[in-house]
Amino acid sequence: MSGGFVELEDVSLRYGGEETGTLALSGANLKVDKGEFIAVVGPSGCGKSTLMKAMSGLWPVTSGGVRVAGHYVDGPLSMVGMAFQAATLLPWRSTLDNVMLPLEIAQPYRSQLSSRKEEFREKARGLLKLVGLEGFDDKFPWQLSGGMQQRVSLCRALIHEPELLMLDEPFAALDMFTREELWGVLQNVWMTKKPTVILVTHDLREAVYLADKVYVMSARPGRMIHERDIEFARPRELDITFRPDFGAIAQDLRDHIYTARAEPAKAA
Amino acid sequence: MADTTAQPQSSTPAASAAPQAGGLKLSQRQLERVMPWLVVFGLFAIWELTVRVFDFPQFILPAPSVIFEAMWQWRVPIIDNAAQTAFTTVIGFGIAIVFGLITGILIGSSSLVYNGFYPVLIGFNSIPKVAVVPILVIWFGIGTVPAIITAFLISFFPILVNVATGIATVEQELKDVLRALGASKRDIIIKVGIPRSLPYFFASLKIAITVAFVGSIIAETVASNKGIGHLMIQASSRFEVPLVFAGLLVTAIMGVAMYVVANFVERRMTGWATRSQGDPGSQT
Repeated sequence: MSGGFVELEDVSLRYGGEETGTLALSGANLKVDKGEFIAVVGPSGCGKSTLMKAMSGLWPVTSGGVRVAGHYVDGPLSMVGMAFQAATLLPWRSTLDNVMLPLEIAQPYRSQLSSRKEEFREKARGLLKLVGLEGFDDKFPWQLSGGMQQRVSLCRALIHEPELLMLDEPFAALDMFTREELWGVLQNVWMTKKPTVILVTHDLREAVYLADKVYVMSARPGRMIHERDIEFARPRELDITFRPDFGAIAQDLRDHIYTARAEPAKAA
Repeated sequence: MADTTAQPQSSTPAASAAPQAGGLKLSQRQLERVMPWLVVFGLFAIWELTVRVFDFPQFILPAPSVIFEAMWQWRVPIIDNAAQTAFTTVIGFGIAIVFGLITGILIGSSSLVYNGFYPVLIGFNSIPKVAVVPILVIWFGIGTVPAIITAFLISFFPILVNVATGIATVEQELKDVLRALGASKRDIIIKVGIPRSLPYFFASLKIAITVAFVGSIIAETVASNKGIGHLMIQASSRFEVPLVFAGLLVTAIMGVAMYVVANFVERRMTGWATRSQGDPGSQT
């Protein structure tokens, strides 16, 4: 494989009809290497979530091409892990059964589920331990705090060992301390499992702290207007977010976002 | 914070605040439990008193004491006819559950089916079922069958609508999570749609059972030779007004009993739904 693991080539995406629809993405280019952790930031409504839908094949692109692992995407990819701002756990399932859900759907696990059930459950327990939820197997979502639910959601996104992990503002609904704690959890998970991660966020500290590379998107219709490598050594400690060089990077990215927000106003 | 389980229902913060009036100490919870009975007895007392004070003739408004007397006197035909009504209600309701579940799942699963059938169903639901009974009589003759069908026709709609709503309102994000795993539409419906619609389904049973009961009685009053509705029509044609009221009372008691059963089943089956967000079941 010469190209990246995930590649977007001049992707445009329009919701709805030809004339009346909303152009959410226009000329978006992106290249993510295997095992890389990237973050996408941008002004609100810039099409960050649309980008995720395009990359995972959940929504067909209007023009341009999306390639994942060397193949053009023309339908929903079947081995992607996803987590969103809402944990969307199933309230009738225990924590463990929520984490197990992908194994009941994704192949090859699905057909092996009955014969390797105990092994899979052990694996789910291992993941729960990794995110600090050991012993919560039998609790139900309503017995967990928001941060805990989000940890379970993360486990659910990881249980089938996806090569691609897509996170759409997964920590946005949490308070700052829980959020910072979960950054550590996510970094730990990533360093252990090494999936390719695409994190969409509007939190610049989150993006800079977690990602190898941060992309800035323009206002709608979205495209990449800036990219920046983040070269802090791993594992990163939370302290670095208060260092001046960290602050400078965040400030620089913020400037790009502010410019991006101003642009359509000028054009109009 | 790990143990933030649902609070035990017996905790009553208001209990200590209750004023000690006249030595009669009832906790808020005890009061809530006896309140329905107090209201019922209060209503009967006012009714009895009104009838006696204004001396209403018995064929206009019989006093509760007279109604209870009629109930006792006619207990054999009442029980016999009530059993018939209960029978037609339960059969019609049973068919409505099967039909409502199947069509609800179909309609909730596909926007095409939804858009195609929903207007027709609404139109159908708007037809007063009492107007359908004569047609049923032409087709099936007077008797049990029209009552069962009326009970079915009147009660499948709430079930269908609720099941369809539960399935159609699965969060888009959850669908995305599953589709990104290669889930088919069928997978999503089975793993998420149907379990998710169960609280809606069980909530709808409470409504459906009561309207099924109404349907049975409507059919019995129009065209039947048995059932509590038939009994009331017979009694009123013979000016046995206390018996008519006894019939109404039995109807009300049976309605409450059926509701209680449906409510109990709902709580047993979908406790997770009432625990997760407040208690939607307790409002109705």
